[in-house]
Amino acid sequence: MAPLVPMSQPWVEKYRPRQVKDVAHQEEVIRVLTNTLQTADLPHMLFYGPPGTGKTTTALAIAHQLYGPELYKSRVLELNASDDRGINVVRTKIKNFAAVAVGTTRKAFLAVMDFSGYPCPPYKIIILDEADSMTEDAQNALRRTMETYSKVTRFFFICNYISRIIEPLASRCAKFRFKPLSEEVMSSRIMHICNEEGLNLDSQALSTLSAISQGDLRRAITYLQSAARLFGSSISSTDLISVSGVIPEDVVKSLLAACRFGEFDVANKEVSNIIAEGYPVSPLMAQFLDVIVSTDDIPDEQKARICKKLGETDKCLVDGADEYLQLLDVASETIRALFNMPQTLVF
Amino acid sequence: MLWVDKYRPKTLDKVTVHDQVAQNLRKLVSEQDCPHLLFYGPSGSGKKTLILALIKQMFGAGAEKVKMENKTWKIDTGTRTLEIELAMLSSAHHVEMNPSDAGFQDRYVVQEVIKEMAKNRPIDAKGKRAFKVLVLNEVDKLSREAQHSLRRTMEKYSASCRLILCCNSSSKVTEAVRSRCLNVRVNAPSEDQIVQVLEFIGKKENLQLPAGFAARIAKQSNRNLRRAILFFETCKVQQYPFTSNQVAPPLDWEQYVSEIATDILTEQSPKRLYAVRQKFYELLVNCIPPESILKKLLAELLKKLDADLKHEICHWAAHYEHKMRLGSKAIFHLEAFVAKFMSIYKEFLVASFG
Repeated sequence: MAPLVPMSQPWVEKYRPRQVKDVAHQEEVIRVLTNTLQTADLPHMLFYGPPGTGKTTTALAIAHQLYGPELYKSRVLELNASDDRGINVVRTKIKNFAAVAVGTTRKAFLAVMDFSGYPCPPYKIIILDEADSMTEDAQNALRRTMETYSKVTRFFFICNYISRIIEPLASRCAKFRFKPLSEEVMSSRIMHICNEEGLNLDSQALSTLSAISQGDLRRAITYLQSAARLFGSSISSTDLISVSGVIPEDVVKSLLAACRFGEFDVANKEVSNIIAEGYPVSPLMAQFLDVIVSTDDIPDEQKARICKKLGETDKCLVDGADEYLQLLDVASETIRALFNMPQTLVF
Repeated sequence: MLWVDKYRPKTLDKVTVHDQVAQNLRKLVSEQDCPHLLFYGPSGSGKKTLILALIKQMFGAGAEKVKMENKTWKIDTGTRTLEIELAMLSSAHHVEMNPSDAGFQDRYVVQEVIKEMAKNRPIDAKGKRAFKVLVLNEVDKLSREAQHSLRRTMEKYSASCRLILCCNSSSKVTEAVRSRCLNVRVNAPSEDQIVQVLEFIGKKENLQLPAGFAARIAKQSNRNLRRAILFFETCKVQQYPFTSNQVAPPLDWEQYVSEIATDILTEQSPKRLYAVRQKFYELLVNCIPPESILKKLLAELLKKLDADLKHEICHWAAHYEHKMRLGSKAIFHLEAFVAKFMSIYKEFLVASFG
């Protein structure tokens, strides 16, 4: 790949931890892995957790620390969803890579270790990033491969949802859950980057950033960089909200107010307005849910009815249904719930 | 040349409606460094205009010399070689395409195109902009796999390639892709803004606008600027000088849908349902998207109903639109909606008038 121009490098890449011990907030994982680094013995691994918690970073860091820059290319195979990973690739590419043994005896291994300062264990690593987007067939084809070549190859699976990894694969791996980052950890990382980049961030903006990124450090850094590009070195919390695309509180409130008014046409107008303003509907509904739940003057039964509708609608949106109609449906059901109208009309 | 194209702002300085957005974009470009961008907003709000102006700002006049080509991509999937033909607009600096046209094979297109672009890095003597821009339209229609494969490619080739994504609703773009882009929301222009644009065009074309005329067109256009300008031009062709109460004729298909609405409201019977089916077929044959038909039909029906019924009908419209998305033949669902409506309405009439 062409050398990167340092300026155009995303901060996410720039500040990616290079060593396992630098990965934030995942103590158990790091403890196990540091042990591994000393003994150079490694099981198959499965990393799972929400996005932006450091899964890929950890996997890459450990591979780098095990092999060093010299051997990395020949020992590590990294595959992610941008590469084709159908059953054919598993049968040919992965199998071929896994099958070739690394010819090192114990003695030579120690020699290499002295020579380069890296453990260089006598096996190779295959990193399968975003493994939950692999087809079930491809995962099934991996089962035997993993066992047959376990002497010479270790697998790292990285995924968001462990439920999408088939049970036989999961049971062959040591599982590590990556937790969402807590607010303090997030703030300290962000402050570190701000210092490095010469940015000025007040405490309110910092807490806003933690709130809107919801434990996803990558998202927080991306927002920070976008805001820095647009608004220069001093960033306020409104700037952050405008780049993040979070829907302003007022919009959600006014939708609820329109529903409380009780007239279908008023709600309809508000809904058309929201759609014309281009706000995305599914995050809007999530925020609407928050507002409904936290409101005090709506009885629980009505809240439950609205929430049920929100759940159904979310499913419809995932299926690709029209945003205007779905939002209108939610608004109308909200009105009916608030005014205790029956679910279906009885004449 | 249509007025829509003639008065499209060519540079970011000339953008009037979204001047705040344009200013921010200009700042981005002036820093030599540009992130991936995701533009989202309803149709006719000016996403494309902003994108074109942005590209012009980046690369200068060179980006305006575009050629249209139908390129065939030969993609080796391991077992067989796929051939996918796609239309694309390209200049020396950017490529614009609509990957969702490739249907379920869009994943391969996304992977191949980006990789190919990254390979052919532009060599600029001045070393000014060392990247190309790839504009992808309608990313919300891309399959899940294609969006998945975008995520890593975006990071990997970010040195030589910037993506500009354009879509109607950002909630259909996966979180992973969204978090890698700078999101730009383009809202529909307000009616006042549309009036301003129309008056500006009127002045340039030396037209006399009667009072309230522009406002009426703006209202009719439903906050869609492109449609407003088209209406305006239609009026001009139809009759000039404008009369004070002149209205643009509604679109043919919208008229047709409102006829259907009247039909349904006047009689509810299997025979009428059969007649309505013919009309739906007529609309579908003319390539009117079924969800637009349903939405318009709902809007027409809502105008003439009691409040209680409105809730019920809007619920069923949402229900059948969802079913339509899951199924493959739109006509069944349109018809089912009409039948449902007839049954509810009939019941309502019998109950209230006996």
